[in-house]
Amino acid sequence: MTSLDPLALAGAKAKGKRPFFLENPDVERLMTIVMAVAQELAVVRERLDTVERLLDEKGTISRADIEAFSPDKAAADERGAWMQEYLARVLRVLQQDREALQAGDQYSEEIAEELAKS
Amino acid sequence: MSPADGGRPAGTAPQEPRAYDGPPDYRVVGRHGVFPETSHDEIARFNFLAHMNRHLATKVMPGVKDAYDARVEPAFAKAEGRAFANRHEVRKALLKDPMFQWWSALRRATMEQRQQAGRWVTLRQADDLNARIGALTEGDRRLALDPSLDMPRYVSAVDHHCMPGSYHTELTKGDATGAANYDIGLFATTGGMLGRFNDGGGVAVARWVKKNLPDFEPKRILDIGCGLGHNVLPIAAAYPDAEVIAVDVGAPMLRYGLARAKTLGVDNVAFVQGDVSKLSAYADESFDWIQSTMFLHETSYTSMQAIFKETQRLLKPGGVVLHVEQPQYTDDMLLFEQAMRDWDAFYNNEPFWTKMHEIDLDAFMKAAGFDGEALIHGGVAAVVDPEVFPEAAGDDEQEDYGRKAAWHVVGARKGAAQAAAQ
Repeated sequence: MTSLDPLALAGAKAKGKRPFFLENPDVERLMTIVMAVAQELAVVRERLDTVERLLDEKGTISRADIEAFSPDKAAADERGAWMQEYLARVLRVLQQDREALQAGDQYSEEIAEELAKS
Repeated sequence: MSPADGGRPAGTAPQEPRAYDGPPDYRVVGRHGVFPETSHDEIARFNFLAHMNRHLATKVMPGVKDAYDARVEPAFAKAEGRAFANRHEVRKALLKDPMFQWWSALRRATMEQRQQAGRWVTLRQADDLNARIGALTEGDRRLALDPSLDMPRYVSAVDHHCMPGSYHTELTKGDATGAANYDIGLFATTGGMLGRFNDGGGVAVARWVKKNLPDFEPKRILDIGCGLGHNVLPIAAAYPDAEVIAVDVGAPMLRYGLARAKTLGVDNVAFVQGDVSKLSAYADESFDWIQSTMFLHETSYTSMQAIFKETQRLLKPGGVVLHVEQPQYTDDMLLFEQAMRDWDAFYNNEPFWTKMHEIDLDAFMKAAGFDGEALIHGGVAAVVDPEVFPEAAGDDEQEDYGRKAAWHVVGARKGAAQAAAQ
C-alpha cells in the first residue's frame, strides 16, 4: 500500500499547454484512446505468449511463474518481431499514406471513363 | 514430398525467419538496488512503448520527409515565390501537413503513455521505495539538500519532456518517485540505446577524456545538472580516486541518485542540491573538471552566461570544462532537419532547446573568459552493452532528430598562464 493514489496521479498532466496536431482535436483525443487500448492488447498478447511458453516448458503454470518469466534471446526476438508486425498492422493507414505520395494514383471513376473511351 | 520436409517442394530449403532488428526486451534493463519492482504486465507496457518509438522513428517519420519533398516545400515555393527562409517557416508549413500531424500526434501520445506507465509503477510502491531510499541515504554526508532553494524559472515554467512534476516536485516527504519514474522509462524510450543502466553518454564522455586528454588526472570533479546521476557515475568510476560533486535542483533526483550510486558500488560521488549558476559555496579554482551532459538545453541564456562564468571561476589552471549536447543548428544543416530537431522544443516541453541550439557556443565561452585557443570540440556516441544490442555500435542509419544517442562536445581547458595573469 502507498499513501499516494497511483490511480489519480499516474495519468497527471505535465505543466505546459498541450499541443494538438490533428485538424480536429476530438479525432486526436480518440487516437490517444485507441493507442492506449492498443498498448493494453499488446500487454495481453505478451502475457499469453508467456503462458504458452511456460506451458510448453513445464506443462503447468502459476502466477508467480508468469511474473518471474524472462525470455531468452531467441524468445525475446520472436516476441519483439510479433510487436513489430502488430504495429505495422495497427498503423497500416500511415504506411499507405506514405506510399500514396509516390504512387500517382487515379480514382477508379476516372479510370472507368478512360477505359470506356473508344 | 514426405512429411519430414513439411510439404515443401523437393529441394527447397525452409524459409529462415525474418531477422529481428527491433529493441531488446525490457527485462534486460540493468537493475540496481533501488530499481522499482516491475510486474510482467508493467514490463509489457514498456515493451510496447519501446516498439512504438522505434516504429515512429523508422516507419512513420521517413514519410514526413517524403511529404515535405513531395508537397510541403513545393506548395510553399508556389505560394510564396521563394524558398523557406528559416526553420520556423518550415515547421509552420509542416504543421499543416497530415503526415507531420499524425506522426506528431502519435509521438506526443506515446510520450504521455510512457509517463503514465512509469508513474504507475513507481507511485503504486511509493512508500516502500521511498523508505528503501531513505534508509540508504539518511545521515549520509554525501546527500546535501537545501529545502530553501528557489527553483529557477527554467525549471518551474514547464515540466521538461512532459514529465509531470519535472525533476523537483515532491509528492510526499522524502519523495524520490519522480526520479525512479525517469530512470525506469529511459530504457523504454531509447530502446536500450543508452545502455542497460542508461549511462552510455557518461561512459562515452569518460572514454573520450581518457583518449583525448591522456595526461589529465582530475582530483576533483563537478557535474552540473546531474539529474539522477546516470551520466556522472561512469566518470566517477573511471577516476575512482577523484572526489566528485554532482549538483542538481531536484531533491528527488539527488536522493535517488545517491541510493542508486551506493547500490552500484560507486562511492566517490556527493549529491548536492543547488542552482549551478550560483555555486558560491565552492572556492575559486577548486575543480579540475566540470562536466554537463545534456543539461544546457534545459536552462536559459541568462543562466548559461552565469554558469559559464562560474565554471571559469571554479576551474583550476589546466582544468577542463566539457558540455555535451546535440549538435548546434548551423548553416550547413538543412532547414528540414533543424525544424524536425525543434520538435522536442515546441511539442515535448523543452522550450529552450530551440534557442540554445541556434547560438554560437564558442562566443558564449569566450565571453565567460575562456581563451579562444583553449576551446575544445569533439563528438561522442553512446556506449551500449554489446551483449544486449550487438548491432547498435554501428547503427548510423536511424536518425531520430534530436534523440539519437550521439552528441557534440564543447568545452575548454583553462590555460595555466591565463589563470596566473588574473
